[in-house]
Amino acid sequence: MLDLHALNLMPRIHFGDWVNKVVVWLNAHWAGFFNAIHDGLDSIVGHLTNTLLNAPIIVVVIVLAAIALISRGIGTAIAAAIGLLLIDSFNEWSSAMQTLALIVVAAVIAVVLAIPLGILAAKSRIGSLVIRPVLDFMQTLPAYVYLLPALFFFGLGSAAGVVATVIFAMPPGVRLTELGIRQVDGEMVEAGQSFGATPRKVLFGIQVPLALPTIMAGVNQVIMLALSMVVIAGFVGVDGLGQDVTAALSNLEVGPAAEAGVSVVILAIYLDRVTAGFGRGELSPVSKAIRFLRRQRTSTMAVATSK
Amino acid sequence: MPAIAAHHLYKVFGRKARGGVDRLIAGEDPAEVQKSGVTPAVIDASFEVQEGEIFVVMGLSGSGKSTLIRMINGLHPPTSGYVEIYGENLTTASGRNLRRIRRERISMVFQHFALFPHRTVLDNAAYGLETQGVPKAERRRRAHEALELCGLTGWDNHKPGELSGGMRQRVGLARALAADTDILLMDEAFSALDPLIRRDMQDQLIELQHKLGKTILFITHDLNEAMRLGDRIAMMRNGQIVQIGTAEEILTDPANDYVAQFVADVDRTRVLTAASVMEPPVAVLGGEQGPRAAHKLMREHQQHGLYVVGRDRSLLGYVTEDEVSNSLEKKDLTDLISPITTTVTRDTPVADLFGPSAATRLPLPVIDDDNRLVGVIPTVTLLSALGAQSEAATPADAGVADASDEEAVRA
Repeated sequence: MLDLHALNLMPRIHFGDWVNKVVVWLNAHWAGFFNAIHDGLDSIVGHLTNTLLNAPIIVVVIVLAAIALISRGIGTAIAAAIGLLLIDSFNEWSSAMQTLALIVVAAVIAVVLAIPLGILAAKSRIGSLVIRPVLDFMQTLPAYVYLLPALFFFGLGSAAGVVATVIFAMPPGVRLTELGIRQVDGEMVEAGQSFGATPRKVLFGIQVPLALPTIMAGVNQVIMLALSMVVIAGFVGVDGLGQDVTAALSNLEVGPAAEAGVSVVILAIYLDRVTAGFGRGELSPVSKAIRFLRRQRTSTMAVATSK
Repeated sequence: MPAIAAHHLYKVFGRKARGGVDRLIAGEDPAEVQKSGVTPAVIDASFEVQEGEIFVVMGLSGSGKSTLIRMINGLHPPTSGYVEIYGENLTTASGRNLRRIRRERISMVFQHFALFPHRTVLDNAAYGLETQGVPKAERRRRAHEALELCGLTGWDNHKPGELSGGMRQRVGLARALAADTDILLMDEAFSALDPLIRRDMQDQLIELQHKLGKTILFITHDLNEAMRLGDRIAMMRNGQIVQIGTAEEILTDPANDYVAQFVADVDRTRVLTAASVMEPPVAVLGGEQGPRAAHKLMREHQQHGLYVVGRDRSLLGYVTEDEVSNSLEKKDLTDLISPITTTVTRDTPVADLFGPSAATRLPLPVIDDDNRLVGVIPTVTLLSALGAQSEAATPADAGVADASDEEAVRA
């Protein structure tokens, strides 16, 4: 009788071996390329970190609170100042600034890549078909699986952390950009076309501005995911709050781990509120005031030119 | 040269669209073609719109009218057939040429306004000029003028979201007018507005048309709107144009039962004019004729009064049977003629005939610009014109109603 358990359905596919070979080959032949990226990222993150650390803490706190003021208003600004001072009182200031620098660099890169990809996916069916599974892959592949190759290519340090963070954080930026552009009312696009606007003008003059709230929600998600990746990146020796958390936990020091963890949360909430504030259709009273003043100026100028 | 010429336009949606068109051309029933998985939206639509004309495409939702209007400016490329704008083939034009034709020739007003919420009212109105590359100061000035023309002042720096529906569509209209193109495409432009504002916008459009003389292609599902606005109307059903004609032609001579049913509840008195219901006077008198002849003529035609006209048929007045029979000895009618107080012209809508008709004892006289008598409208004819169909009229009046139908066809 046929033994179904013994039936060999598939030959062994040596996927892992192939990946190994590709990684080794890339490491051998593209080392220059990876080194250049490594050097570039390291120096950008390093400079930003140094700037944040060299400035007096109070100046950094005031600047970050001012950004919150423009984005959302006085309440958020005060909360931001208190939270940031709390981080300082935990003695986590320098780690937090390292983390902040890494997030900012990673998020900027992720957004710069995500928005054009999202536009491509919205415009072209084939683009969308290709991009979607890649995004699924990036989002669901366990982070450690690509953290290790990242280490191979970029060595220890912030570059590997930035690359891993970009991979992990980019997908929602692409997806929400695609969604936002697809959701723009077809009649609006037709209105642009019917007046003879070029595809470029329709894209940047109508579709992107109208999709902006959704795109900004994507940017917000990118930043939040970047933060959650930063802690994981601590395992591969990326300086910052993540490393503090892992170091404390490996020594079973719950207290210091909690301080570093709470600092991550404070940074997360700050970045979330500020980016969400910029993404909302309505602006804070402060930016409304700025816009009002600017409009006054242009309309008086218009009157002056018409006379 | 017509402003717009559509030549055998077909639009079929689906994977094998071209094959669907071939089958339709071969004479297959659209419903059969649809079963094979393609959707025929517009089938063999041909028409011409002359410069300065308001041409209305009228059909219910799903009749393909929105697809049709989008083929006219190339938003939807036709599956077969082509469109000419002032003799230039739009369908085969390259992307660059297509955009040039749109910029220079055609602008469009949308059902749901399609204003850009992130731009001010003024910048919305200036959009067409912006794509034309007009310098900023000039386009702002012209956009402002267009907004004023559409009755919208003082809202320049507001966002469209702050405006009511009627005001938003004024911005949409101003945006199209500011572009200063020859042709206006209006896709159900007033359908989203409430009836009072819609009426107001229709009046304003007619007024603007008199002032600016644009060529307008107007899409609507509202027959009364079509009849009010359209110099000519194309009736669409299931993707096909079933009849093209003036409002009166469609009312009085519907091409098929569908159109006839459709026009059954139109307010005919607003559409039909004196010209379509008047009939030739049974008899008229010359001023030099004597009372006896007049009396005889009245007896013969059983009239209690007749109109008196001069040699050039200009209307001099009327005489009544009573006066004539009291003055049979007079040489001519000159002393007996009573002056006419109430006249109407050919263009007077039937709705405006009832008052004058009640004020005169004789059939209502219809005159032309030179005061010549061109016809009369007996009260009974007027009433029978109210009946939706000539069959509804009494047998005695049926002949009259038929005569008025013929009149309308010739008009």
